[in-house]
Amino acid sequence: MASEITTSEYIKHHLQNLTFGQKQTEIEPGVWAPTGEWGFAMSPAEAANMGFWSINVDTMLMSILLGALMMWFFRSVAKKVSTGVPTGSQNFAEMIIDFIDDTVRGSFSGGKNKLVAPLALTIFVWVFLMNLMDLIPVDVIPQIVMQSAAAIFGVDPHHVYFKIVPTTDPNATLGMAIFVFMLMLYYSFKIKGTGGFISELTLQPFGKWALPINTVLETVTLLSKPFSLGLRLFGNMYAGEMVFILIATMYGAGLAMGSFAGLLQIGWAIFHILIITLQAFIFMVLTTVYLDMAHQEHH
Amino acid sequence: MDMGLVYIAGALMIGLGALGAAIGVGLLGGRFLEAAARQPELVPMLRTQFFLVAGLVDAVPMIAVGLAMYVLFAVAG
Repeated sequence: MASEITTSEYIKHHLQNLTFGQKQTEIEPGVWAPTGEWGFAMSPAEAANMGFWSINVDTMLMSILLGALMMWFFRSVAKKVSTGVPTGSQNFAEMIIDFIDDTVRGSFSGGKNKLVAPLALTIFVWVFLMNLMDLIPVDVIPQIVMQSAAAIFGVDPHHVYFKIVPTTDPNATLGMAIFVFMLMLYYSFKIKGTGGFISELTLQPFGKWALPINTVLETVTLLSKPFSLGLRLFGNMYAGEMVFILIATMYGAGLAMGSFAGLLQIGWAIFHILIITLQAFIFMVLTTVYLDMAHQEHH
Repeated sequence: MDMGLVYIAGALMIGLGALGAAIGVGLLGGRFLEAAARQPELVPMLRTQFFLVAGLVDAVPMIAVGLAMYVLFAVAG
């Protein structure tokens, strides 16, 4: 039954999110029109044409599940915390919290703000968990989802798409970055005051008389922060997952190529462990640094 | 749309990104070794800073590589 799918079809299949939105039909080639009912996109082209009001169900599902897992873990440790003999999980949780606390204490000097450290912990652990999904071999979870969808809903498995790594979806990473940007603006206005913040944006590098140049420079710098924060995580994870997918295409090419691909996959997975933790750490440190800059009182 | 141009664009994005990252992390590694040679006891702290800054240096090249792969595989296919 499985027709011989080409490499690019395989790659495109693994790059497509499970998108839910207004169903589209193709009237003429290249012209798509909504059919008025809601449902899952059955092809990448349809998903692309669903426009703004469509949601990547797999990204949301995986990120919410991983967030719940994180909160359940820390809550379960907090519930049975004992000052006497700490259990294994308590040691592990304490290790993470101490590590985050030192880092935040080092880079955040903005005075009394009880939000920054918990936010840093949440970002680090959550982004790390989301990135960790990239280490699961490419076809495992999507195959499970495809077969179960075919079994339960009787859908043709070739049209069931599922991306398990939420951080390879720019919506997720830019969404988090925009939230950090909103926090930056909130604290800038709150700590510096509207006048202080506006003067920082307009009078900065070249003093009062070069106001237009200052404004352009400062706003570009301000806007580039969330943009680079979000796209850095996306770029690293997307490229990492792409390499996994390309290695996975080698498995279909006979025993020799397959075993060589196995070695490649192990090597890249080990190297990717460093990238996963590093990107989560950088996302956290930069969030702390940006919030710290938002707290800088002007003399 | 002429597919050839898309592939050239993707290759340029990845190539120039790699060039930038290679020079950046190369310089960074050199400075790291100098500092480690000068003060070996600081190596643990230096190593974390090295990875942090290497991640930051890699930021824009990796964004370029990510977007190039998106263009190459999701658009051109």
